[in-house]
Amino acid sequence: MDNQQEQMNIVIVGHVDHGKSTVIGRMLADTGSLPEGKLEQVRLNCERNAKPFEYAFLLDALKDEQAQGITIDTARCFFKTAKRHYIIIDAPGHIEFLKNMISGAARAEAALLVIDAKEGIRENSRRHGFMLSMLGVKQIVVLVNKMDLVHYSQTVYDQVVAEFAAFLAQIGVEPQAFVPISARDGDNLAFRSANLPWYQGPSVLELMDGFRKEKDQAEQPFRFPVQDIYKFTAGGDDRRIFAGTVETGVIRTGDEVIFMPSGKRSTIRSIEGFNQPVRNEVGPGQATGFTLTTQIYVKPGEILCRGGESLPHQGGTFRANLFWMGKHPLIKEKKYQLKLATSRATVTLQQITKVLNSADLTAETDRNQVERHEVAECILKTAKPIAFDNSRDIEATGRFVIVDNYEIVGGGIITEAFADAGTLAAHELSRREFAWERTAVSQAEREDRYKQQAKFIVIAGGDGQFQKQVARTLEVELFRDGYSVYYLGMANLLSGLGADVKSRADERDEQIRRLGELAHIFTDAGQILITNIPELDEYEIDTLRTLNTPNEILVFDLGGQIFADNQPVQSLGDSVRDVEQAVSQMKAILRDRAILIEYFI
Amino acid sequence: MNQLEKLENQSVYILREAYREFKSLCMLWSIGKDSTVLLWLARKAFFGHVPFPLVHIDTSFKIPEMIAYRDRLAAEWGLQMIVGQNEAAIAAHETYPDGRTDRIACCKNLKSEALKRTLSGEWPRRRFDHESRQYREDTNHEPYTGVIVGVRADEEGSRSKERYFSPRDRQNEWDVGDQPPELWNQFKTDFAPGTHLRIHPLLDWTELNIWEYIERERIPVTSLYFDQGNGKRYRSLGCYPCTKPVDSDARNVSEIIAELRSGKFANIAERSGREQDKEDGGSLETLRRDGYM
Repeated sequence: MDNQQEQMNIVIVGHVDHGKSTVIGRMLADTGSLPEGKLEQVRLNCERNAKPFEYAFLLDALKDEQAQGITIDTARCFFKTAKRHYIIIDAPGHIEFLKNMISGAARAEAALLVIDAKEGIRENSRRHGFMLSMLGVKQIVVLVNKMDLVHYSQTVYDQVVAEFAAFLAQIGVEPQAFVPISARDGDNLAFRSANLPWYQGPSVLELMDGFRKEKDQAEQPFRFPVQDIYKFTAGGDDRRIFAGTVETGVIRTGDEVIFMPSGKRSTIRSIEGFNQPVRNEVGPGQATGFTLTTQIYVKPGEILCRGGESLPHQGGTFRANLFWMGKHPLIKEKKYQLKLATSRATVTLQQITKVLNSADLTAETDRNQVERHEVAECILKTAKPIAFDNSRDIEATGRFVIVDNYEIVGGGIITEAFADAGTLAAHELSRREFAWERTAVSQAEREDRYKQQAKFIVIAGGDGQFQKQVARTLEVELFRDGYSVYYLGMANLLSGLGADVKSRADERDEQIRRLGELAHIFTDAGQILITNIPELDEYEIDTLRTLNTPNEILVFDLGGQIFADNQPVQSLGDSVRDVEQAVSQMKAILRDRAILIEYFI
Repeated sequence: MNQLEKLENQSVYILREAYREFKSLCMLWSIGKDSTVLLWLARKAFFGHVPFPLVHIDTSFKIPEMIAYRDRLAAEWGLQMIVGQNEAAIAAHETYPDGRTDRIACCKNLKSEALKRTLSGEWPRRRFDHESRQYREDTNHEPYTGVIVGVRADEEGSRSKERYFSPRDRQNEWDVGDQPPELWNQFKTDFAPGTHLRIHPLLDWTELNIWEYIERERIPVTSLYFDQGNGKRYRSLGCYPCTKPVDSDARNVSEIIAELRSGKFANIAERSGREQDKEDGGSLETLRRDGYM
């Protein structure tokens, strides 16, 4: 059966005019992959316009080609051999289109790199070779093209091979083969050529069929970046499904799982799917979903791992090789957004250890920024901890992109993890405590005056609207009972104090930070500050708790979110649906804990 | 993992990514085989649910069986079905079948313009009411800023250059020369207010893959794709004045697959039955730059 065959994506790269389009055009023609009449039509067009026929014309998505519904294009071409289906990705050679080249190459499992025998190795021959290695494309065949223009000279070919092999060795790339070809005449592409009798190796097509699929990712530790968590209650479905794609490893129902970086544990109850038989096991590449035996709260972006296997690093400081595509340079102190697997985090550049000129591979060490089209080795730090692997161990969770002002401006691979030196909030706290000018009124004096302990109360869990009603009602009741209390909604914070936070990247992190600082001022003044925060997680509680130090935080959980035991959380239980009931429960807890000090006249 | 599994998993990943990132998301459903496969993939991605509305632009020149099929699936699968139309142009007979415009202007009026105004919420949208099985005017006029579309790269030149996540500006324009990079499985999902995104989960599928998947999953398709008893069937569906059936006696999905794999259509482009593609070389590119799918 045709569709039982595998598919492979191959990118074709090289310097401008070294013959990429001709290679593809000729390959399509020689494998009988062109639509009926296409070749004749292009020949006719050439005759009519009195220009010599070129196979490259097959690839140029001309306006009139589209009108005829031609299925050939410059970006993705489809063809198949007896062995498998191929998608050939044509990557532009020009430096301005480097990001297109990278997009093409990032999807590829193998690459053909074309060098013009007559012109020799050019800037992009080297740059593209380097980019392929950075992107993790390990199977590379180098085509030395236009051999007809050098009279099929073995000496010329050997020179190109020697020079380019030496370059590739420098960047740790070992090509699978070099092949002398003439794409124009079809020499050594689909068929071996009599013009090159001194070449005894396989044809390009044979080499392509010889490319191997990725090494067995089922053997690696299990990595399942959580893409989303679904509960389609409105559709009459009570399953809480953790959705995502298995990157590596295998998992079965009943296996113990650990979410990273939160470290929460549970067990796989079921593997979910639609229109498929019940499964008890899933492996690499499968887009799937799990239900768990216990209710735990994690956010998209965590990596679900398997108990008993090696876990990813957890933290936020790492060394990486990255290439920069941004119009503006990569600079220190600026906040960017990092996207690694399904996680997103604010990230800053800590240090540049080396900048490589990707065209000639010369290195500079005393640089302060990374310019467009440069490749750098640097140290990055995320604002909150994430889970990641060294890309040498697991590629899918060891590579990332950087987003600035809505655009993907950089991409990279992690080469080393560092231990984190405390959280950002802790740094901020120590700086602030050092500088803080203390009030001469003591906390005890304030407690005595206000008949309350200063406290930062956060309503979490449950539905956002319900949270807000509960928080506002609690404020009103406490105020009427005579306490000094204030409700601050996140929406007010966003449009007021936080209105200058422009980047979506660090919006939430920054709002949480400001809220923590604000809470510190309120509680320092002896007040009870109430807010509600949807989707609150432990890391955010930690940030708020740290920033509010030395005063205390109390989180009321309205249900649905299960927090770790060591958190300052009071759960009201899943059954609370009524505002009055929730508020009276909270007030009872506040009295029990002597946060509200009852007094009698 | 075989080719179809790989395509399915990648499409599911893209659909979930779109759902995670966009508050105001919809999916276009043209009733044809590609967008019906897309709809099925959404049910795969969301475990039997389709958590966003499906938008159909009704030119009023669709083959009646298409409309019946649409409403049957909407009811059976519990879909949030939204229908938009260029009511003014249809009422004024400003159309090609009425002889008042050429084909391109007709497509522009009844499809591109209707789509643009339906997505933006400027024109009335009708929503399928599951209780009465009738369409009623939708009270929600929020614009849809993320639009999932079933285009395939093998259809024609301009589609082959698409990204999985493809931004359009306020005017729905597409800057082919400056598209965002897509690295590994990271796409452009952050966007400035006012930007629209087209999401293309089927880019890597071919016409043959679509039919193989329909067979594997047993997805119901309209019978217009099969021999109508006169040795003709539709290979691609559109408005009846501009979409011609092809000569074929394929009566079921496996016969269509045989025809595409090694039979008479193995080397003939799919859209050869579409008249509007033939006028003004590159018209589809022109239309697409202006928001056509």
